[in-house]
Amino acid sequence: MNRKWYLAFLGGMLLVFLLAACSGNSDNSESETDPSDVGEDTENTEQSNDDEDQITLEYWQYSFDSKVDLMDELIEEFEAENPGIKVEQTNFPYDQYNEQVAAQVPAGRGPDVINLFYGWVPTYVDAGYLQPLPQDAFPHDQIEDEFFPLVEATKMDGEYWTIPTAVRTLALFYNKDLFEEAGLDPNSPPETWDELQDYAVELTKSNNGRLEQSGMAWEPAQQGHHWLRDGLTLQAGGQVLGDDRKDVVWGDDPAGLEAFKYWLSFPTELETSEQGFYTDDVTAFVTEKAAMNVDGSFRVGTLQSDAPDLNYAIAPLPGKDDQSTNASFWTNGITSRVEGEKLEAATEFLNFLTSEDVMERWLDATGELPAKEAVAMQDKFVDDDIYGPFIESLPFANAHFFVDETRERDLVIDAANRVLQEGADPEEAFNELVESTQELYDEYWSSK
Amino acid sequence: MKRSKLWPYLLLIIGAVVMVFPFVWMLSTSLKAPMDIFNLNIIPESPTLENYKHIFEESLFLRWFLNSIIIAIITTISVLFFDTLVGYIIAKFSFVGRTVLFIMILSTLMVPTEMLIIPWYMMSSDFGWTDTYWGILFPGLMTGFGVFLMRQFMEKIPDDLINAARIDGMNEFAIFFKVAIPQVWPAISALGIFTFLSNWNAFLWPLIVIESSGLRTLPVGLSFFSSGEAESKWHLIMTGATISVIPLILVFILLQRHIIKGITLTGMK
Amino acid sequence: MKTHHNPSNQTETNQSTTTNKPSLMTKLKGSQKRQKYIFVYTCLLLPILFYLGIRILPTLFTFNVGFRDWNLLSSDAAPFVGMDNYVALFQDEVFIRSIFNTILYIALGVTGQLMFGIIVALLLHKINRFVGLFRVIYFIPYVTSIVAISWVFQWILMGNGIINDLFVKIGIPPQPFLNSPDQAIYVIIAAMIWQSIGFQMVLFLAGLENIPEMLYEAADIDGATPWQKFWRVTVPLLNPTIVFSAVIGTINFIQISFTQVVNMSVDGSGGPLNSTLSIVVYIYQLAFRQFDMGLASAATVILFLFILGLTLFQMKVLTKKFDY
Repeated sequence: MNRKWYLAFLGGMLLVFLLAACSGNSDNSESETDPSDVGEDTENTEQSNDDEDQITLEYWQYSFDSKVDLMDELIEEFEAENPGIKVEQTNFPYDQYNEQVAAQVPAGRGPDVINLFYGWVPTYVDAGYLQPLPQDAFPHDQIEDEFFPLVEATKMDGEYWTIPTAVRTLALFYNKDLFEEAGLDPNSPPETWDELQDYAVELTKSNNGRLEQSGMAWEPAQQGHHWLRDGLTLQAGGQVLGDDRKDVVWGDDPAGLEAFKYWLSFPTELETSEQGFYTDDVTAFVTEKAAMNVDGSFRVGTLQSDAPDLNYAIAPLPGKDDQSTNASFWTNGITSRVEGEKLEAATEFLNFLTSEDVMERWLDATGELPAKEAVAMQDKFVDDDIYGPFIESLPFANAHFFVDETRERDLVIDAANRVLQEGADPEEAFNELVESTQELYDEYWSSK
Repeated sequence: MKRSKLWPYLLLIIGAVVMVFPFVWMLSTSLKAPMDIFNLNIIPESPTLENYKHIFEESLFLRWFLNSIIIAIITTISVLFFDTLVGYIIAKFSFVGRTVLFIMILSTLMVPTEMLIIPWYMMSSDFGWTDTYWGILFPGLMTGFGVFLMRQFMEKIPDDLINAARIDGMNEFAIFFKVAIPQVWPAISALGIFTFLSNWNAFLWPLIVIESSGLRTLPVGLSFFSSGEAESKWHLIMTGATISVIPLILVFILLQRHIIKGITLTGMK
Repeated sequence: MKTHHNPSNQTETNQSTTTNKPSLMTKLKGSQKRQKYIFVYTCLLLPILFYLGIRILPTLFTFNVGFRDWNLLSSDAAPFVGMDNYVALFQDEVFIRSIFNTILYIALGVTGQLMFGIIVALLLHKINRFVGLFRVIYFIPYVTSIVAISWVFQWILMGNGIINDLFVKIGIPPQPFLNSPDQAIYVIIAAMIWQSIGFQMVLFLAGLENIPEMLYEAADIDGATPWQKFWRVTVPLLNPTIVFSAVIGTINFIQISFTQVVNMSVDGSGGPLNSTLSIVVYIYQLAFRQFDMGLASAATVILFLFILGLTLFQMKVLTKKFDY
């Protein structure tokens, strides 16, 4: 018994000692920062010391192995070319990226150059987190001349706030083996709405009302909502958003409802699809449980590494009256606190990231497509078996202007669930979707 | 003595299957190649240790593991010491502000920690605690949970026992260690298990406060294997999750004995 | 073993009480009292500083933000807006929905985990072989990563999953489970109970171990049925543990519900159709998806008051009910 008592006491003492040491430590840093305004932030003093000979840029990107690795390489080259500038890359997981940014704002910290999903940019601009790109380095006519027009999705209040290195488009992924098995020609993928429906039915296998193989993977929470907005709606001749980006005109034209109904036909009357089939669309496609899927160029890398034996091909999205697909991109902006020499350095860095050489290497390393038309439309890329269909789609690709990507996505998911789970009338669900999306836009613009 | 019937075993076995099944699936997934994880077989067709090799070779896994252990151990010791002490004082002493103190401590449990991240981060940034061990562990050094647990158990210690020790001339610290603690050994063991566990699994705060990859804890490190947009490396997540369960089970096996032994020890005095 | 040692403990206690002579007590009282106070306040110094600095102040900070319009990404000053955030919340259907969901989570989830926790602990108390093994097995879910396990659950529960295979075999139509706005929340509650059984089991085992075996023997002599023993001996003596388990179960459930819901709901944010959205998940979305710190803080205050009320209620009712 006695031994136990001593042990506990020893542990306690150890801890008190440890805590004393720790709190002593914190007291020190407190007294360093508190009494005077001289070094408000220890980091600031360090930086200003460095300023004389070197500028350090903090660059944030979400963690995506191939992008992080390439960026490390690029930073090394950039630093070699610009001896006075040092760039530090920090990464955070995609799921908590926004939290990480947000937590640092009240503390007055954060990156100088930040990589953001384009759909988040309006929220960031609205909060004053970003500053417009300097016009002398990025003249508007030059951007509009060289880049694909979809980069305008982050042009607001007459300013460009960010500029991407690369963009991605959606296309149709299809499993050649399953095509053959169903007696379809693996070299002639569906090109129209009707063909897509026919193919999906042909490729579906079910048993006692239970789906065993899905002809068409269908997941609103993944790329499904993009496919509906920027793909199907525009293909049917409709439009989601008015030119002023204030009015949701989705329901003004019958094309909107037509697209919504067509989209829903796969899990409803055609019975070719099911939400959550093999957990999600990508898993279902990789495991050969789904024969076709609408997905982005960023998936190619995953398929190559995780499913090297999968015999698949890619085709542009089947169209209707018009052709259209969704484009999206991660894009770089400069945060609002950056100024002076640091701003020049940041501009220089952005210039480097949008250079033609970097764009080509970005495609090789990450599978994302060059954002400049002249770089993307080179024969060597257009003729590529895998990337060709994505690049081919770029001229008619559209990037929806989001005021709030998450909530707009959720509204589409909700509308689908109302029909699928609660048996609501598609037209009613669609009208509700349009209405509640409009509310989001009203909310956004009213705060301006 | 106790009559041992069969039916408790039967019920427990049925329950055990339900309890352990998802875990077995996780274990089996960690032994599958990336392509095979989508097979529904419980026993992998061609089991491989590739995932384990990958996780140890391609990431700072060992480092993260060590970080997690250091942080969990320090916080657990601190929580055990302070929470037991405070719980004891609240249960066995009457002093001004006792109820207020107890409710205050209890109320700290009622605010989701997600909402404390912003003020904590501001504080850490001011004091230069970001990106340090201290930054990760300071919010967890004492918990309302532990104080509450220890108070509940300390309350059951007979006052006479403590008063008797006073009469014998023991000082208060000695009474706490020698008389009170042995009485609540089961609760202390339970608290030790829970504290170690919650710190081992802590995710959001360590993620926010740490920037360098060398300081990541295990759950934070593992979260870099899943990226909401493009790919979640489920084979690696399952492997990491399987490995990270091992220390927890060890801690449990080590401490659970005390939960049972407790009463025997008090008796032996 | 246990029965053998307990009486000795008891006698020792009795011995010491008998030595408590009144005259000695008064003599020692003065110095003892001083020593007690010194002890109490020295020991409380660090903890009070800690709780004030690390917990209470940040909480008050949050409460203050609840009255302000603060966009988290903006460095501008946050203007005071009075009760606007609260008014907005109570007009927000989604928030109301999340309150009802949270009540459902607590009502079913906490009752469920208490019940199963006690049952498992009692069963383990009844057997004398493989106890350690069973304890470890029942504890495993509690220590397993929720993220990893959620993925496994999705596999098991999907349209083509094992559970539906089983259903079809015995003639029940396949169920949508997590895809259904009517079923999803119950599936998640079940998963949460599954995960918490080990936690409650440990607490109840610790509580059961503190019940002297001789009380059961005394009850045996009086000819009590097992049922009577359970209600007359086990429950009253387990009361502090039950109170603790109920209160902590509730509080934990509210926190844990976050990870579970985020990982198990089909869209990762409380779907389908917000049917699994809990208050904490909604607070999180408000703060870190919409960056509306004001609304999120106001919701935190409401949640705080809600749990505080519930806790005080639980402590009062439960303590009274089983008073002995």
